[in-house]
Amino acid sequence: MSVLIILIAVAGILILAVILAYNNLVQLRNRVRNAWSQIDVQLKRRYDLIPNLIETAKGYMQYEKEVLENVTKARSMAMQAQGPAEQAKAENALTQALKSLFAVAERYPDLKANQNMLALQEELTSTENRISFARQHYNDQVMTINTAVESFPTNIIANTFGFKKEQFFEVAEEAERKPVKVQF
Amino acid sequence: MYQQIAQNRRNSFFLILIILILLLLCGYFIGEAAGFGLWGLFISLAVSALLISFSFLGGDKAVLAASLAHSIEKKDNPQLFNVAEEMSIASGLPVPKIYIIDDTAPNAFACGRNPESASIAVTSGLLSKLNRDELQAVISHEMSHIKNYDILYATLIAVLVGTVALLCDFAWRSMRYGFIGGRRRSSGSSSSGPAVLIVFVIAILLSILAPLFAQMLRFAVSRQREYLADASGAQLTRYPEALASALEKISQDKEVLEVANRATQHLYIVNPIKPFETRAQNNIFSTHPPIEERIRRLRQM
Repeated sequence: MSVLIILIAVAGILILAVILAYNNLVQLRNRVRNAWSQIDVQLKRRYDLIPNLIETAKGYMQYEKEVLENVTKARSMAMQAQGPAEQAKAENALTQALKSLFAVAERYPDLKANQNMLALQEELTSTENRISFARQHYNDQVMTINTAVESFPTNIIANTFGFKKEQFFEVAEEAERKPVKVQF
Repeated sequence: MYQQIAQNRRNSFFLILIILILLLLCGYFIGEAAGFGLWGLFISLAVSALLISFSFLGGDKAVLAASLAHSIEKKDNPQLFNVAEEMSIASGLPVPKIYIIDDTAPNAFACGRNPESASIAVTSGLLSKLNRDELQAVISHEMSHIKNYDILYATLIAVLVGTVALLCDFAWRSMRYGFIGGRRRSSGSSSSGPAVLIVFVIAILLSILAPLFAQMLRFAVSRQREYLADASGAQLTRYPEALASALEKISQDKEVLEVANRATQHLYIVNPIKPFETRAQNNIFSTHPPIEERIRRLRQM
């Protein structure tokens, strides 16, 4: 009789453990998805800030039309890019265009001192940081779920219920691996 | 970086285990000697928990008010808010409420029992003396305290240490006034003379030494959690040098933070009470580890 009770208790504990592990995996997977969409949120924030920047700079930089146009063009290309590889390339191009704009803006002391411009510089610096932190956070979440999916005994539960390893956000091209130190 | 984080967590865990064991030892021996058994332990625990729950529940408002912190909005200081929002993205936590303390001494603290109701206060001195990366490093240290539930942790430890203190206090009183009566009253004890004497002696030793030992353990835990906050903060920014440089600037600053006092000193990123800070080299009673050591560990990552 008592052996039966012990068996039932052990079975109960095992089932509980499986439920807890399953729920944990669900939570981890949702965090990964959330982290991925957060990256897009930050990218959109950059798109929204740029027109304001162009307007502010235009008044002071009448002879730098080309630089301004480059930024606008890079922005539309980034907004239209499809797929992670194309998107990453376009985003990088946009960062480069912005860097050129700010480098040129250095030569216009009136523009540099403009309060609006300073505020925009801070916002754009922050946006670049947010994009990298969002990617970093996404990768951290991927690491957490991959560790859970690969470790014993959670891997058994993961395989049974179809939890897969997620993909890290990585730079696709060699050129992009060079540090893009954004210093506006 | 990950090793340091794991190490600090392990150390805090063991320290708490030691406090618990100490508590149980006190509960048993003192209970036996004074005649109230384990009830002494339970009552002390209940009282301690009750007293401390007041500070836990109303704690942040009290601390913020005592530190003369005033809340600000994004438009007052966009850079500070941006820095905090970036850390919120990196950590996945909600953005805490931001407060400023008008003082030229650079310092900062965090309070709040969980990430949803957390606040961070920063002095105006910190804002003016650190650059953007260093400011972000300090904010990341504070947010790590929130993320690691350090306020909750510190409160739990305060409850345990308080229980030890109360228990030893009860024991001392009851032993002073009625230990002979106590021994006779404890009808359950069937032990012979020498055993009772040993229990008694242990109880006396514990009631004197245990509160002291518990305090030392509490300070040790506080130091471990500071190291952990440094390492977790570095994990968020992936840039430990910024925090090392910020700590250097803060420690070399000669200004004194006027609103800080002994009750709130443990919350700040660097101990604001200068004599405590310089004495901190190898002091087992300090809440913060020595700054040189913190900087060294960060630069080793």
